[in-house]
Amino acid sequence: MSQVAVKIENLSVYYEQTPAITGVCFDVEEGEYLGIIGPNGGGKTTLLKSILGLIPINSGSIEIYGKKIGKNRKVIGYVPQIATMDKRFPISVIEVVLTGRLNQGLSPFYRFSKQDKEIAFYALENVGLKHLAHRQISELSGGEFQRMLIARALTVNPKILLLDEPTASVDAVSRNQIYSLLGELNKKMTIILVTHDLLAVSSQVTKLACLNEKLVYHGEPELTEKIVTSLYGCPVDLIAHGVPHRVLKCHEEVNSFD
Amino acid sequence: MIDAIFKYQFLQNALVAGFLASIVCGIIGVIIVEKKLVMMSGGIAHTSYGGVGLGYLMGFEPILGAFIFSVGAALGIGFIKRKGGARPDVVIGLFWSLGMALGILFISLMKGYPPDLTSYLFGNILSVTRSDIYLMLGLTIVVVFIIIILFNAWKAYLFDEEFASIIGIRTAFLEYLLLILVAMTVVVLIRVVGIILVLSLLTAPAATAEKFSLKLKKRMIYAIFLGILFCFVGLWISYITNIASGAAIVILSVLCYLLCYGVRWIDRIIKKSHIKNV
Repeated sequence: MSQVAVKIENLSVYYEQTPAITGVCFDVEEGEYLGIIGPNGGGKTTLLKSILGLIPINSGSIEIYGKKIGKNRKVIGYVPQIATMDKRFPISVIEVVLTGRLNQGLSPFYRFSKQDKEIAFYALENVGLKHLAHRQISELSGGEFQRMLIARALTVNPKILLLDEPTASVDAVSRNQIYSLLGELNKKMTIILVTHDLLAVSSQVTKLACLNEKLVYHGEPELTEKIVTSLYGCPVDLIAHGVPHRVLKCHEEVNSFD
Repeated sequence: MIDAIFKYQFLQNALVAGFLASIVCGIIGVIIVEKKLVMMSGGIAHTSYGGVGLGYLMGFEPILGAFIFSVGAALGIGFIKRKGGARPDVVIGLFWSLGMALGILFISLMKGYPPDLTSYLFGNILSVTRSDIYLMLGLTIVVVFIIIILFNAWKAYLFDEEFASIIGIRTAFLEYLLLILVAMTVVVLIRVVGIILVLSLLTAPAATAEKFSLKLKKRMIYAIFLGILFCFVGLWISYITNIASGAAIVILSVLCYLLCYGVRWIDRIIKKSHIKNV
């Protein structure tokens, strides 16, 4: 019997009067690779941010290894969407990755120790960016930037890795690199992945959650037309390559060829 | 002019004031340019005018009033921005004009002949006194010290506030602290270039330095040197042509920024045509 890493009970979050998510309940077990999919505005990012404790929740509870997030910060490594980041900021790759080693609160005169630097370089090696450690971030490609953010999350030594659309603005090669990296990392930690990328989800994750204000589906990573219809309202929306009315089972087979 | 510097106390004061102003401008300027807080700084600066007016009305040192008002504005704008529910640029605009209006009100409430406020509005580096220097020195030391001791935390906060708060860095505290540092910087600059011209000395050296380095620390150092250059050369121009020192410094720094921009623009065009030819 494996341990429960994240326990979400009856979670509701409202923005003013508008519900973003209502009545969501599910557990994430240790070692799980959970994919969360859903339409735009379906509350995926809201769910991530409430797990991280960034936004107030209206009702329900979230526990990370049995504790509230505020007390258990260093358990989670967070990888944000790169679309929201400032890519022109004057900072180098290794400096970004080292920020994950900073202490809680504020420590005056903090200098990164040798161990901090070793951990940071090890994380960079893990994501295959060690040779770019002293590059400025403005000189990175989208895929490299994304992997740098994964490395930064890893320096926290997390038990759970949370990723928000890690393949949203990267090319196909980088996307495959990121997914194989996540597959590797899953051997050591729990992964929660929010994505639009339905192809990857079906082939990679061990559990799937479909979110559209409510939790529509939670279980084995097998998308049936019924789930998809209740999730998006119409199955056509889901067909990633724009071939209308092809069911997803078929799509998975296509995926295994490429 | 060199002889005059040794001869006249006011010129020595002016040079020291320019030097101190350049240090805070270089450091805080780079931060506000990166964090897109330029208009916020403008709001904080202009609100301080109310404090100058209050100082004259109540009979205490106007620069102290400016300090209190700009810190108040920094905390007020920061609080409303953090709590949400109002657009930050609207709040900045309102504080901006409210401060100026209060200044005018306080001055008009004064009995007798109104004081000349141009040196606060447009600065007069040549009228900097000993006590001004001490105040500027104190504020400069505080600003530099706070930035240096928390440099790594500042870097994490400036690059990605959200991640910094997730790993437990107290970002709300840093945000208020930064705004207070901006308020202190504004006070240091008021004597040099004045309330209205503060923005250019905060942004021009930092924005020009941006073109020279991709590293945060180096960028700050370049900005400090550029600030010193602008202040001293501006002072020299104002000395020999007898125009207002604040205006001379501001015009020089903006022209330098535009020149750098122009050079880079031409450089890009040349490189582009080179690529085409290949």
